[in-house]
Amino acid sequence: MNAPHNWRQQSQRYLLEGVQCSACDHRMFPPRAVCTECSGTAMRAHRFCGGGEVYSYSFVYHPPAGHEEFAPYAVALVRLDEGPLVAAQLTDVSAEDVSIGLRVEMVTRRVREDSTDGVIVYGYKFRPTIPPARR
Amino acid sequence: MSTPGVAIIGVGQTSVGEHWDRSLRDLAVEALLSAIQDAGSPAVASLFVGNMMAGELTGQEHLGALVADFAGLRGIEAVRVEAACGSGAAALRLGCMAVASGAADVVAVVGVEKMTDRPGAEVTAALAMAADGDYEARQGLSFVALNALLMRRYMHEHGVTREEFAPFCINAHRNAVGNERAMFPFTISAEDFSKAKMIADPVSLLDSSPVCDGAAAVILTSLETARAMGRRAVRVRASAIGTDTIALHDRRDILELRGAATSAARAYEQAGVTPSDIDFFEVHDAFTIMSVLSLEAAGFAKRGEGVRLGLNEEIGRTGRIPITTMGGLKARGHPVGATGMYQLVEAALQLRGEAGVNQVPNATLGMTQNIGGSGATVVTTILEALA
Repeated sequence: MNAPHNWRQQSQRYLLEGVQCSACDHRMFPPRAVCTECSGTAMRAHRFCGGGEVYSYSFVYHPPAGHEEFAPYAVALVRLDEGPLVAAQLTDVSAEDVSIGLRVEMVTRRVREDSTDGVIVYGYKFRPTIPPARR
Repeated sequence: MSTPGVAIIGVGQTSVGEHWDRSLRDLAVEALLSAIQDAGSPAVASLFVGNMMAGELTGQEHLGALVADFAGLRGIEAVRVEAACGSGAAALRLGCMAVASGAADVVAVVGVEKMTDRPGAEVTAALAMAADGDYEARQGLSFVALNALLMRRYMHEHGVTREEFAPFCINAHRNAVGNERAMFPFTISAEDFSKAKMIADPVSLLDSSPVCDGAAAVILTSLETARAMGRRAVRVRASAIGTDTIALHDRRDILELRGAATSAARAYEQAGVTPSDIDFFEVHDAFTIMSVLSLEAAGFAKRGEGVRLGLNEEIGRTGRIPITTMGGLKARGHPVGATGMYQLVEAALQLRGEAGVNQVPNATLGMTQNIGGSGATVVTTILEALA
Protein backbone atom coordinates (compact mmCIF):
# COMPACT_ATOMS: atom_id res chain seq x y z
CA MET A 1 0.00 0.00 0.00
CA ASN A 2 1.54 3.28 -1.09
CA ALA A 3 1.81 6.43 1.02
CA PRO A 4 -1.11 8.50 -0.33
CA HIS A 5 -3.45 5.51 -0.27
CA ASN A 6 -2.47 4.78 3.32
CA TRP A 7 -2.65 8.44 4.37
CA ARG A 8 -6.15 9.19 3.11
CA GLN A 9 -7.67 6.25 5.03
CA GLN A 10 -6.16 7.11 8.40
CA SER A 11 -9.48 8.09 9.98
CA GLN A 12 -11.06 4.81 9.00
CA ARG A 13 -8.19 2.53 9.91
CA TYR A 14 -6.98 4.25 13.10
CA LEU A 15 -10.27 5.67 14.41
CA LEU A 16 -13.01 3.51 12.86
CA GLU A 17 -14.61 6.66 11.52
CA GLY A 18 -17.69 6.24 9.34
CA VAL A 19 -20.72 8.43 8.70
CA GLN A 20 -24.20 9.02 10.06
CA CYS A 21 -27.03 10.05 7.74
CA SER A 22 -28.45 13.42 8.78
CA ALA A 23 -31.89 12.49 7.45
CA CYS A 24 -32.48 9.05 9.02
CA ASP A 25 -29.56 8.67 11.49
CA HIS A 26 -28.42 5.41 9.85
CA ARG A 27 -24.74 4.75 10.59
CA MET A 28 -22.36 3.33 8.00
CA PHE A 29 -18.78 2.13 7.83
CA PRO A 30 -16.82 2.93 5.71
CA PRO A 31 -18.07 6.42 4.79
CA ARG A 32 -20.18 6.81 1.70
CA ALA A 33 -21.92 9.72 -0.02
CA VAL A 34 -25.39 8.20 -0.37
CA CYS A 35 -27.29 6.62 2.55
CA THR A 36 -27.97 2.89 2.06
CA GLU A 37 -31.30 3.21 3.87
CA CYS A 38 -32.94 6.44 2.68
CA SER A 39 -30.69 7.59 -0.20
CA GLY A 40 -30.08 10.86 1.68
CA THR A 41 -26.85 12.68 0.83
CA ALA A 42 -26.26 14.80 3.93
CA MET A 43 -23.69 12.95 6.04
CA ARG A 44 -21.73 13.77 9.17
CA ALA A 45 -18.71 11.93 10.48
CA HIS A 46 -19.39 9.27 13.08
CA ARG A 47 -16.68 7.57 15.11
CA PHE A 48 -17.69 4.05 16.10
CA CYS A 49 -17.04 2.99 19.69
CA GLY A 50 -15.21 -0.17 18.60
CA GLY A 51 -17.33 -2.65 20.54
CA GLY A 52 -19.21 -5.44 18.86
CA GLU A 53 -19.65 -9.17 18.49
CA VAL A 54 -18.55 -11.85 16.06
CA TYR A 55 -21.23 -12.44 13.39
CA SER A 56 -19.26 -15.01 11.37
CA TYR A 57 -15.61 -16.09 11.27
CA SER A 58 -12.99 -18.14 9.47
CA PHE A 59 -9.31 -19.07 9.68
CA VAL A 60 -7.16 -18.24 6.68
CA TYR A 61 -4.55 -20.91 5.88
CA HIS A 62 -3.72 -19.67 2.36
CA PRO A 63 -3.33 -15.88 2.67
CA PRO A 64 -3.12 -13.34 -0.13
CA ALA A 65 0.27 -11.76 -0.89
CA GLY A 66 1.18 -9.27 1.85
CA HIS A 67 -0.33 -11.34 4.65
CA GLU A 68 1.75 -14.54 4.53
CA GLU A 69 3.71 -13.89 7.73
CA PHE A 70 0.52 -13.79 9.80
CA ALA A 71 -0.97 -17.11 8.58
CA PRO A 72 -2.91 -18.88 9.82
CA TYR A 73 -5.02 -16.03 11.15
CA ALA A 74 -8.64 -15.53 12.15
CA VAL A 75 -10.95 -13.19 10.21
CA ALA A 76 -14.49 -12.19 11.07
CA LEU A 77 -17.51 -10.14 10.26
CA VAL A 78 -18.03 -8.10 13.43
CA ARG A 79 -21.45 -6.61 14.19
CA LEU A 80 -20.59 -3.21 15.69
CA ASP A 81 -22.76 -2.08 18.59
CA GLU A 82 -24.06 0.82 16.46
CA GLY A 83 -25.29 -1.53 13.73
CA PRO A 84 -22.93 -2.02 10.78
CA LEU A 85 -20.88 -5.11 10.03
CA VAL A 86 -17.14 -4.69 9.53
CA ALA A 87 -14.73 -7.22 8.00
CA ALA A 88 -11.48 -7.56 9.94
CA GLN A 89 -8.90 -9.88 11.44
CA LEU A 90 -9.24 -11.15 14.98
CA THR A 91 -6.20 -10.96 17.22
CA ASP A 92 -5.03 -11.97 20.71
CA VAL A 93 -7.28 -15.03 20.63
CA SER A 94 -6.76 -18.75 20.15
CA ALA A 95 -8.76 -20.65 17.54
CA GLU A 96 -10.81 -22.67 20.01
CA ASP A 97 -12.03 -19.51 21.74
CA VAL A 98 -13.59 -17.97 18.61
CA SER A 99 -17.35 -18.37 18.26
CA ILE A 100 -20.34 -16.56 16.81
CA GLY A 101 -21.52 -14.07 19.43
CA LEU A 102 -18.07 -13.54 21.01
CA ARG A 103 -17.77 -9.98 22.39
CA VAL A 104 -14.88 -8.12 20.78
CA GLU A 105 -13.30 -4.67 20.79
CA MET A 106 -11.28 -2.78 18.21
CA VAL A 107 -7.51 -2.48 18.65
CA THR A 108 -4.81 -1.00 16.42
CA ARG A 109 -2.36 -3.47 14.92
CA ARG A 110 -0.03 -3.87 11.98
CA VAL A 111 -2.27 -5.37 9.28
CA ARG A 112 0.12 -6.04 6.42
CA GLU A 113 3.72 -7.08 5.94
CA ASP A 114 6.06 -4.13 5.59
CA SER A 115 6.27 -2.93 2.03
CA THR A 116 9.36 -1.77 0.18
CA ASP A 117 8.12 1.84 0.00
CA GLY A 118 8.59 2.51 3.70
CA VAL A 119 4.96 2.49 4.79
CA ILE A 120 4.07 0.45 7.85
CA VAL A 121 0.38 -0.25 7.49
CA TYR A 122 -1.54 -0.13 10.75
CA GLY A 123 -5.25 -0.61 11.03
CA TYR A 124 -8.06 -2.10 13.07
CA LYS A 125 -8.28 -5.67 14.27
CA PHE A 126 -10.64 -7.01 16.94
CA ARG A 127 -9.79 -8.91 20.13
CA PRO A 128 -12.01 -10.50 22.77
CA THR A 129 -13.27 -7.73 25.06
CA ILE A 130 -11.17 -7.36 28.19
CA PRO A 131 -13.41 -6.69 31.23
CA PRO A 132 -12.66 -3.28 32.87
CA ALA A 133 -11.48 -4.99 36.09
CA ARG A 134 -8.64 -6.75 34.23
CA ARG A 135 -7.36 -3.74 32.28
CA MET B 1 -35.35 -4.83 -21.84
CA SER B 2 -35.71 -8.31 -23.27
CA THR B 3 -33.39 -9.72 -25.90
CA PRO B 4 -35.71 -10.31 -28.84
CA GLY B 5 -34.51 -12.78 -31.38
CA VAL B 6 -30.87 -13.37 -30.45
CA ALA B 7 -29.37 -16.77 -31.26
CA ILE B 8 -26.14 -18.61 -30.55
CA ILE B 9 -24.96 -20.15 -33.84
CA GLY B 10 -21.50 -21.33 -32.85
CA VAL B 11 -19.58 -22.45 -29.78
CA GLY B 12 -15.92 -23.13 -29.02
CA GLN B 13 -13.86 -23.98 -25.95
CA THR B 14 -10.34 -24.99 -24.98
CA SER B 15 -9.72 -27.68 -22.41
CA VAL B 16 -9.47 -26.31 -18.87
CA GLY B 17 -6.28 -26.85 -16.91
CA GLU B 18 -2.73 -25.70 -16.31
CA HIS B 19 -1.66 -24.68 -19.81
CA TRP B 20 2.03 -24.05 -19.16
CA ASP B 21 2.78 -24.01 -22.90
CA ARG B 22 0.01 -21.64 -23.90
CA SER B 23 -0.51 -17.90 -23.48
CA LEU B 24 -3.67 -15.91 -22.84
CA ARG B 25 -3.86 -14.93 -26.50
CA ASP B 26 -3.33 -18.55 -27.66
CA LEU B 27 -6.27 -19.73 -25.55
CA ALA B 28 -8.62 -16.90 -26.56
CA VAL B 29 -7.82 -17.31 -30.25
CA GLU B 30 -8.31 -21.09 -30.17
CA ALA B 31 -11.77 -20.81 -28.56
CA LEU B 32 -12.79 -17.93 -30.82
CA LEU B 33 -11.71 -19.53 -34.11
CA SER B 34 -13.35 -22.77 -33.08
CA ALA B 35 -16.64 -20.94 -32.43
CA ILE B 36 -16.44 -19.05 -35.74
CA GLN B 37 -15.86 -22.32 -37.57
CA ASP B 38 -18.75 -23.98 -35.72
CA ALA B 39 -20.98 -21.10 -36.88
CA GLY B 40 -20.07 -21.65 -40.53
CA SER B 41 -17.46 -18.88 -40.70
CA PRO B 42 -19.69 -15.78 -40.91
CA ALA B 43 -18.15 -12.28 -41.03
CA VAL B 44 -17.86 -11.07 -37.42
CA ALA B 45 -18.68 -7.38 -36.87
CA SER B 46 -18.03 -7.01 -33.12
CA LEU B 47 -16.00 -8.80 -30.46
CA PHE B 48 -16.52 -8.67 -26.69
CA VAL B 49 -13.78 -10.21 -24.54
CA GLY B 50 -14.69 -11.16 -20.95
CA ASN B 51 -11.68 -11.21 -18.62
CA MET B 52 -10.90 -10.26 -15.04
CA MET B 53 -7.19 -10.34 -14.27
CA ALA B 54 -5.05 -10.12 -17.41
CA GLY B 55 -3.38 -6.92 -16.22
CA GLU B 56 -2.53 -8.30 -12.78
CA LEU B 57 -1.53 -11.82 -13.80
CA THR B 58 -0.23 -11.54 -17.38
CA GLY B 59 0.84 -7.90 -17.66
CA GLN B 60 -1.57 -7.39 -20.54
CA GLU B 61 -4.54 -5.05 -20.78
CA HIS B 62 -6.36 -4.00 -23.98
CA LEU B 63 -7.66 -7.48 -24.75
CA GLY B 64 -10.28 -6.40 -27.31
CA ALA B 65 -7.67 -5.31 -29.82
CA LEU B 66 -5.21 -8.07 -28.85
CA VAL B 67 -7.63 -10.92 -29.46
CA ALA B 68 -9.12 -9.36 -32.62
CA ASP B 69 -5.60 -8.89 -33.99
CA PHE B 70 -4.36 -12.43 -33.33
CA ALA B 71 -7.64 -14.03 -34.44
CA GLY B 72 -7.23 -12.39 -37.85
CA LEU B 73 -10.10 -9.97 -37.24
CA ARG B 74 -8.07 -6.75 -37.37
CA GLY B 75 -10.31 -3.75 -38.00
CA ILE B 76 -13.50 -4.95 -36.29
CA GLU B 77 -15.09 -3.33 -33.24
CA ALA B 78 -13.56 -5.01 -30.16
CA VAL B 79 -13.60 -4.25 -26.42
CA ARG B 80 -12.96 -6.02 -23.13
CA VAL B 81 -15.67 -6.44 -20.47
CA GLU B 82 -14.82 -6.81 -16.78
CA ALA B 83 -17.17 -7.81 -13.94
CA ALA B 84 -14.83 -9.98 -11.82
CA CYS B 85 -15.85 -13.66 -11.97
CA GLY B 86 -18.99 -12.56 -13.86
CA SER B 87 -16.98 -11.12 -16.77
CA GLY B 88 -17.83 -13.93 -19.21
CA ALA B 89 -21.61 -13.77 -19.07
CA ALA B 90 -21.48 -9.97 -18.73
CA ALA B 91 -19.67 -9.92 -22.09
CA LEU B 92 -22.46 -12.11 -23.51
CA ARG B 93 -25.05 -9.64 -22.21
CA LEU B 94 -23.34 -6.82 -24.13
CA GLY B 95 -23.14 -9.03 -27.22
CA CYS B 96 -26.88 -9.67 -26.98
CA MET B 97 -27.54 -5.94 -26.67
CA ALA B 98 -25.45 -5.29 -29.80
CA VAL B 99 -27.42 -7.84 -31.83
CA ALA B 100 -30.85 -6.98 -30.40
CA SER B 101 -30.34 -3.27 -31.04
CA GLY B 102 -29.35 -3.90 -34.62
CA ALA B 103 -25.93 -2.33 -34.00
CA ALA B 104 -24.15 -5.47 -35.18
CA ASP B 105 -25.29 -8.46 -37.20
CA VAL B 106 -22.78 -11.10 -36.14
CA VAL B 107 -21.08 -10.76 -32.74
CA ALA B 108 -18.36 -12.90 -31.18
CA VAL B 109 -18.02 -13.21 -27.40
CA VAL B 110 -15.00 -14.88 -25.80
CA GLY B 111 -14.17 -15.32 -22.13
CA VAL B 112 -10.54 -15.98 -21.23
CA GLU B 113 -8.37 -16.23 -18.13
CA LYS B 114 -4.71 -17.19 -17.70
CA MET B 115 -4.03 -17.74 -14.00
CA THR B 116 -1.29 -20.31 -13.59
CA ASP B 117 1.75 -18.17 -14.53
CA ARG B 118 1.87 -16.53 -11.08
CA PRO B 119 2.55 -17.91 -7.57
CA GLY B 120 -0.48 -18.84 -5.46
CA ALA B 121 -0.35 -15.88 -3.06
CA GLU B 122 -0.34 -13.40 -5.98
CA VAL B 123 -3.32 -15.13 -7.59
CA THR B 124 -5.10 -15.11 -4.22
CA ALA B 125 -4.42 -11.37 -3.89
CA ALA B 126 -5.64 -10.69 -7.45
CA LEU B 127 -8.85 -12.68 -6.89
CA ALA B 128 -9.53 -10.74 -3.69
CA MET B 129 -9.85 -7.59 -5.84
CA ALA B 130 -13.29 -8.91 -6.84
CA ALA B 131 -14.36 -7.87 -3.35
CA ASP B 132 -13.92 -4.46 -1.66
CA GLY B 133 -10.21 -3.76 -2.10
CA ASP B 134 -9.82 -1.38 0.83
CA TYR B 135 -12.26 -2.88 3.34
CA GLU B 136 -12.10 -6.62 2.64
CA ALA B 137 -9.01 -7.57 0.60
CA ARG B 138 -6.52 -5.27 2.38
CA GLN B 139 -7.77 -6.44 5.78
CA GLY B 140 -6.40 -9.89 4.87
CA LEU B 141 -9.65 -11.49 3.76
CA SER B 142 -9.02 -13.75 0.80
CA PHE B 143 -11.88 -14.49 -1.56
CA VAL B 144 -12.09 -17.97 -0.04
CA ALA B 145 -12.39 -16.36 3.41
CA LEU B 146 -15.42 -14.34 2.32
CA ASN B 147 -17.11 -17.54 1.17
CA ALA B 148 -16.11 -19.15 4.46
CA LEU B 149 -17.87 -16.34 6.36
CA LEU B 150 -21.00 -17.06 4.31
CA MET B 151 -20.76 -20.82 4.82
CA ARG B 152 -20.17 -20.52 8.57
CA ARG B 153 -23.14 -18.20 8.98
CA TYR B 154 -25.33 -20.48 6.85
CA MET B 155 -24.39 -23.51 8.98
CA HIS B 156 -25.10 -21.48 12.13
CA GLU B 157 -28.48 -20.10 11.07
CA HIS B 158 -29.82 -23.26 9.45
CA GLY B 159 -28.28 -25.95 11.65
CA VAL B 160 -26.36 -27.53 8.76
CA THR B 161 -23.04 -29.43 9.00
CA ARG B 162 -20.19 -29.01 6.50
CA GLU B 163 -20.56 -32.66 5.44
CA GLU B 164 -24.04 -31.84 4.15
CA PHE B 165 -22.49 -29.74 1.38
CA ALA B 166 -20.71 -32.83 -0.02
CA PRO B 167 -23.34 -33.74 -2.68
CA PHE B 168 -22.54 -30.55 -4.63
CA CYS B 169 -18.87 -31.53 -4.94
CA ILE B 170 -19.65 -35.21 -5.63
CA ASN B 171 -22.20 -34.34 -8.35
CA ALA B 172 -19.83 -31.90 -10.08
CA HIS B 173 -16.98 -34.42 -10.18
CA ARG B 174 -19.26 -37.23 -11.37
CA ASN B 175 -20.38 -35.03 -14.28
CA ALA B 176 -16.82 -33.98 -15.13
CA VAL B 177 -15.93 -37.61 -15.91
CA GLY B 178 -18.02 -37.32 -19.09
CA ASN B 179 -16.52 -33.96 -20.15
CA GLU B 180 -13.27 -34.27 -22.11
CA ARG B 181 -12.52 -30.55 -21.52
CA ALA B 182 -12.78 -30.83 -17.72
CA MET B 183 -9.77 -30.26 -15.46
CA PHE B 184 -10.73 -32.91 -12.86
CA PRO B 185 -12.51 -35.80 -14.63
CA PHE B 186 -12.58 -38.13 -11.63
CA THR B 187 -15.05 -39.00 -8.89
CA ILE B 188 -14.96 -37.88 -5.25
CA SER B 189 -16.48 -39.77 -2.31
CA ALA B 190 -18.24 -38.42 0.75
CA GLU B 191 -15.26 -39.64 2.77
CA ASP B 192 -12.82 -37.69 0.55
CA PHE B 193 -14.97 -34.61 1.13
CA SER B 194 -15.06 -34.92 4.89
CA LYS B 195 -11.27 -35.41 5.09
CA ALA B 196 -10.35 -32.57 2.71
CA LYS B 197 -7.76 -30.01 3.77
CA MET B 198 -9.04 -26.61 4.95
CA ILE B 199 -8.35 -23.50 2.85
CA ALA B 200 -10.35 -21.11 5.04
CA ASP B 201 -12.36 -23.00 7.64
CA PRO B 202 -15.10 -24.30 6.98
CA VAL B 203 -14.27 -24.06 3.23
CA SER B 204 -12.03 -26.99 2.26
CA LEU B 205 -10.17 -27.82 -0.93
CA LEU B 206 -13.17 -29.89 -2.06
CA ASP B 207 -15.61 -27.01 -1.54
CA SER B 208 -13.45 -24.87 -3.83
CA SER B 209 -13.02 -24.50 -7.57
CA PRO B 210 -9.42 -24.60 -8.88
CA VAL B 211 -7.04 -21.96 -10.24
CA CYS B 212 -6.63 -22.73 -13.95
CA ASP B 213 -6.47 -21.47 -17.54
CA GLY B 214 -9.05 -21.62 -20.31
CA ALA B 215 -11.17 -19.83 -22.88
CA ALA B 216 -14.66 -20.34 -24.29
CA ALA B 217 -16.56 -18.48 -27.01
CA VAL B 218 -19.90 -18.17 -28.78
CA ILE B 219 -21.09 -16.49 -31.98
CA LEU B 220 -24.35 -14.52 -31.79
CA THR B 221 -26.65 -13.25 -34.48
CA SER B 222 -30.30 -12.38 -34.93
CA LEU B 223 -32.81 -15.20 -35.12
CA GLU B 224 -33.64 -14.07 -38.66
CA THR B 225 -30.04 -14.21 -39.83
CA ALA B 226 -29.57 -17.59 -38.13
CA ARG B 227 -32.59 -18.96 -40.03
CA ALA B 228 -31.41 -17.43 -43.31
CA MET B 229 -27.99 -19.05 -42.80
CA GLY B 230 -29.67 -22.37 -42.06
CA ARG B 231 -27.59 -22.73 -38.89
CA ARG B 232 -28.38 -24.99 -35.96
CA ALA B 233 -29.19 -22.35 -33.37
CA VAL B 234 -29.93 -21.98 -29.68
CA ARG B 235 -32.06 -18.99 -28.75
CA VAL B 236 -31.08 -16.56 -25.99
CA ARG B 237 -34.41 -16.14 -24.23
CA ALA B 238 -33.04 -13.92 -21.47
CA SER B 239 -29.81 -12.24 -20.40
CA ALA B 240 -29.98 -10.10 -17.28
CA ILE B 241 -27.50 -8.51 -14.87
CA GLY B 242 -28.29 -7.65 -11.25
CA THR B 243 -25.94 -5.97 -8.78
CA ASP B 244 -25.52 -5.81 -5.01
CA THR B 245 -23.10 -4.13 -2.60
CA ILE B 246 -19.46 -4.78 -3.47
CA ALA B 247 -18.72 -5.78 0.15
CA LEU B 248 -20.37 -8.59 2.06
CA HIS B 249 -20.50 -6.44 5.21
CA ASP B 250 -22.72 -3.81 3.57
CA ARG B 251 -25.60 -6.26 3.00
CA ARG B 252 -28.57 -6.28 5.33
CA ASP B 253 -28.66 -10.08 5.13
CA ILE B 254 -25.49 -11.72 3.86
CA LEU B 255 -27.28 -15.03 3.16
CA GLU B 256 -29.70 -13.43 0.73
CA LEU B 257 -27.90 -12.98 -2.61
CA ARG B 258 -29.97 -10.01 -3.72
CA GLY B 259 -28.02 -9.51 -6.92
CA ALA B 260 -28.73 -13.13 -7.85
CA ALA B 261 -32.41 -12.83 -6.97
CA THR B 262 -32.75 -9.60 -8.97
CA SER B 263 -30.88 -10.99 -11.95
CA ALA B 264 -32.91 -14.23 -11.95
CA ALA B 265 -36.23 -12.36 -11.59
CA ARG B 266 -35.31 -10.16 -14.55
CA ALA B 267 -34.35 -13.20 -16.61
CA TYR B 268 -37.60 -15.05 -15.79
CA GLU B 269 -39.57 -11.95 -16.75
CA GLN B 270 -37.70 -11.53 -20.06
CA ALA B 271 -38.27 -15.17 -20.96
CA GLY B 272 -41.80 -15.36 -19.55
CA VAL B 273 -40.95 -18.51 -17.56
CA THR B 274 -40.74 -19.68 -13.94
CA PRO B 275 -38.13 -21.85 -12.21
CA SER B 276 -40.28 -24.95 -12.77
CA ASP B 277 -39.87 -24.50 -16.55
CA ILE B 278 -36.07 -24.76 -16.36
CA ASP B 279 -34.71 -28.19 -17.38
CA PHE B 280 -31.16 -27.71 -16.05
CA PHE B 281 -29.19 -24.97 -14.28
CA GLU B 282 -25.49 -24.23 -14.60
CA VAL B 283 -24.82 -22.68 -11.17
CA HIS B 284 -21.73 -20.69 -10.20
CA ASP B 285 -20.24 -23.31 -7.87
CA ALA B 286 -16.99 -21.45 -7.18
CA PHE B 287 -17.63 -22.75 -3.65
CA THR B 288 -20.32 -25.21 -2.49
CA ILE B 289 -21.98 -22.44 -0.46
CA MET B 290 -22.40 -20.37 -3.67
CA SER B 291 -24.34 -23.22 -5.33
CA VAL B 292 -26.68 -23.34 -2.36
CA LEU B 293 -27.24 -19.58 -2.17
CA SER B 294 -27.67 -19.35 -5.95
CA LEU B 295 -30.32 -22.11 -5.96
CA GLU B 296 -32.19 -20.31 -3.18
CA ALA B 297 -31.94 -16.87 -4.80
CA ALA B 298 -33.10 -18.21 -8.18
CA GLY B 299 -36.21 -19.77 -6.64
CA PHE B 300 -35.34 -23.48 -6.66
CA ALA B 301 -35.38 -23.76 -2.87
CA LYS B 302 -36.60 -21.73 0.07
CA ARG B 303 -34.15 -19.89 2.29
CA GLY B 304 -32.12 -22.42 4.27
CA GLU B 305 -33.27 -25.37 2.16
CA GLY B 306 -30.92 -25.16 -0.83
CA VAL B 307 -28.55 -27.64 0.77
CA ARG B 308 -31.37 -30.23 0.80
CA LEU B 309 -31.50 -30.29 -3.01
CA GLY B 310 -28.14 -32.03 -2.84
CA LEU B 311 -29.03 -34.31 0.06
CA ASN B 312 -32.29 -35.38 -1.65
CA GLU B 313 -30.44 -36.19 -4.91
CA GLU B 314 -32.39 -33.62 -6.91
CA ILE B 315 -29.33 -32.06 -8.61
CA GLY B 316 -28.14 -35.07 -10.65
CA ARG B 317 -28.56 -35.46 -14.42
CA THR B 318 -32.01 -37.01 -14.06
CA GLY B 319 -33.03 -35.16 -10.87
CA ARG B 320 -35.60 -32.39 -10.48
CA ILE B 321 -33.07 -29.65 -11.27
CA PRO B 322 -29.80 -30.97 -12.75
CA ILE B 323 -26.88 -28.59 -12.02
CA THR B 324 -23.22 -28.38 -13.09
CA THR B 325 -24.01 -30.90 -15.83
CA MET B 326 -20.50 -30.84 -17.33
CA GLY B 327 -18.60 -30.60 -14.05
CA GLY B 328 -19.26 -27.02 -13.01
CA LEU B 329 -16.61 -24.64 -11.71
CA LYS B 330 -15.55 -27.25 -9.16
CA ALA B 331 -14.51 -30.00 -11.59
CA ARG B 332 -14.56 -28.57 -15.11
CA GLY B 333 -12.53 -25.73 -13.62
CA HIS B 334 -12.94 -21.99 -12.98
CA PRO B 335 -10.76 -19.88 -15.29
CA VAL B 336 -12.42 -16.84 -13.80
CA GLY B 337 -13.26 -14.49 -16.70
CA ALA B 338 -13.95 -17.47 -18.97
CA THR B 339 -16.29 -19.30 -16.60
CA GLY B 340 -19.52 -17.58 -17.63
CA MET B 341 -18.76 -18.46 -21.25
CA TYR B 342 -18.02 -22.11 -20.38
CA GLN B 343 -21.41 -22.30 -18.67
CA LEU B 344 -23.06 -20.91 -21.82
CA VAL B 345 -21.15 -23.17 -24.23
CA GLU B 346 -22.09 -26.21 -22.12
CA ALA B 347 -25.73 -25.13 -21.90
CA ALA B 348 -25.82 -24.64 -25.68
CA LEU B 349 -24.34 -28.14 -26.20
CA GLN B 350 -27.02 -29.59 -23.90
CA LEU B 351 -29.75 -27.83 -25.90
CA ARG B 352 -28.24 -29.00 -29.21
CA GLY B 353 -28.33 -32.55 -27.86
CA GLU B 354 -24.52 -32.77 -28.08
CA ALA B 355 -23.65 -33.31 -24.41
CA GLY B 356 -22.77 -36.98 -24.94
CA VAL B 357 -23.03 -39.19 -21.87
CA ASN B 358 -23.93 -36.06 -19.84
CA GLN B 359 -26.96 -35.26 -21.95
CA VAL B 360 -29.91 -34.08 -19.84
CA PRO B 361 -32.91 -35.94 -21.29
CA ASN B 362 -35.41 -33.76 -23.22
CA ALA B 363 -33.68 -30.48 -22.31
CA THR B 364 -35.34 -27.51 -24.02
CA LEU B 365 -34.76 -24.67 -21.54
CA GLY B 366 -31.43 -24.20 -19.76
CA MET B 367 -30.31 -21.50 -17.35
CA THR B 368 -26.86 -20.29 -16.34
CA GLN B 369 -25.91 -17.99 -13.47
CA ASN B 370 -22.49 -16.36 -13.43
CA ILE B 371 -21.56 -14.58 -10.18
CA GLY B 372 -18.97 -11.82 -9.84
CA GLY B 373 -17.35 -11.23 -6.46
CA SER B 374 -19.33 -12.43 -3.45
CA GLY B 375 -22.54 -11.68 -5.37
CA ALA B 376 -22.01 -8.04 -6.41
CA THR B 377 -22.56 -8.74 -10.12
CA VAL B 378 -24.80 -11.62 -11.15
CA VAL B 379 -25.63 -12.51 -14.74
CA THR B 380 -28.49 -14.92 -15.42
CA THR B 381 -28.98 -16.27 -18.93
CA ILE B 382 -31.78 -18.50 -20.21
CA LEU B 383 -31.25 -20.46 -23.43
CA GLU B 384 -33.82 -22.39 -25.45
CA ALA B 385 -33.43 -25.21 -27.95
CA LEU B 386 -34.84 -24.39 -31.37
CA ALA B 387 -36.57 -27.14 -33.30
